[in-house]
Parts: sequence; structure tokens; C-alpha cells
Amino acid sequence: MNEHERERTIELLKGVIRPVEDGGLSGDLWPRMLRRMEEGPMRVPWFDWALAGLVVVLLLLFPGLIPRVLYHL
Amino acid sequence: MELLERFARGDLEAFEALFRQFQGEVYGWVLRMVRDRGAAEDLTIETFWRIYRAHARFDPSRGFGPWARRIASNLAVDHLKRARSELPLVEDCLAAEPPSDAALRRELRDGIELAFRSLPAKLKVVAVLGLVEERSQEEIAEALGMSVGAVKSRMFRAVRALRRSLVRVGIEP
Repeated sequence: MNEHERERTIELLKGVIRPVEDGGLSGDLWPRMLRRMEEGPMRVPWFDWALAGLVVVLLLLFPGLIPRVLYHL
Repeated sequence: MELLERFARGDLEAFEALFRQFQGEVYGWVLRMVRDRGAAEDLTIETFWRIYRAHARFDPSRGFGPWARRIASNLAVDHLKRARSELPLVEDCLAAEPPSDAALRRELRDGIELAFRSLPAKLKVVAVLGLVEERSQEEIAEALGMSVGAVKSRMFRAVRALRRSLVRVGIEP
């Protein structure tokens, strides 16, 4: 990729995706924060643990997938 | 006692004062990364929840803002990893097509959107902050906890990956 191609790609990206107009918060988040604090730490559902285990097993069976997975992490 | 010191000792009132002082800044930063107002609010709450839990590890001699931004950035990247396939580019984040840009066809816009969505989260974050939001590399590096060199490298890789994706869908930048 040369400099011209790089600049053209950036130009295309900027032409479609523009900076976010912040506009600020819709309201004070403190009441939600208090509710979150009452809830306490989130529990990881058993399904997520099962999924993580499955991924580990798959990576052990097919180590060739490891670089691909690392790229996407 | 200073506000930051009181917070570090677990004072809830000090935490509330810091929350009110920094909630807008954290929200704005997260919004730039995830580009979804609802998710940005949720992540702001989650950021402060983690901050509250980690108060004992906070060093009052260092700034609260950069610390909060670092935690928020990590959460935003995790969110983008999870939401990668269905990440909405909310309407107000897409540039309205000005008359002078009439040549930028819908097909082209779709292709660019698709290419952008398909970027890995760690590249997408750097691309959106550096190229779209035009934040400095130093600022991005500090927020993501990496070196400026690593930011430059990710920005280069993001553009390269974007270009490859565009070429794959038949757009030759």
C-alpha cells in the first residue's frame, strides 16, 4: 500500500463515518449508578463458561486456529 | 482531606462528587469509541462501578481522569469485540451525503461501512479515534495503555485492513 492509496482509503472512511456529535448526557447517571452498586458484581452465566471451555478444547484440537483467534482478539 | 484521598479511602460522598464531575467526560470518550449512545451510557456506569470497586488501588497523586479513561477504554474495546457483528453505526454518526459528494454512491458507502465493521476491535478503536475523531496519538496511547509506536502501527494496520476489505468488495481506493 503506497502513500496515495493510504490517503485515499482514509479519505473514503472519513467521507462515510464522521465524528460523533457528543451532545452530552441525556441526564444525570447517578441514580443508575446507585442501582448498579446495589446489584453488586455481575455473575458470569454458566453458558459463558461452557463456551469458553469449548473454545479452549477447539484450540487444543486445532492449534492452527490460534494465530487467527489472536489476530481477532 | 482532598477529594481524591477521601475516594481512595472508600468515601461514598467523594465517589459521588467524582462521578458527577467526570461522568460527562467518560461518556463522551466512550461514545466516540462505541458510537452508540445507549451502550455508551451502560459502559459509563460499568466504568464507574469498576472504579468504585478499585478505589483502594487508586493513587491520589495521579489524576483521576486518565485512570477513568483507561478503564473506560478497556471496557469499550471489550464491548466492541462482543458486538462486532451487529455494531450499529448510529445514523448520526454517518455523514450525511452533501451535494458535492453525490458521486459517493450508496454502494460505496455500504462497502466502506462493511469494511469498517469488519475490522478487529483493537484496530477499529484506533482507526475511529485517530482518523475519524482526529485525536492525537499520545492521547490514544495513554487511554489504551500502549506506546505511541503501537498506536501508529495499529493505525497503519487498520488502514491496510480497511483497504483490503474494500478491494474484496470491489472498491479500489
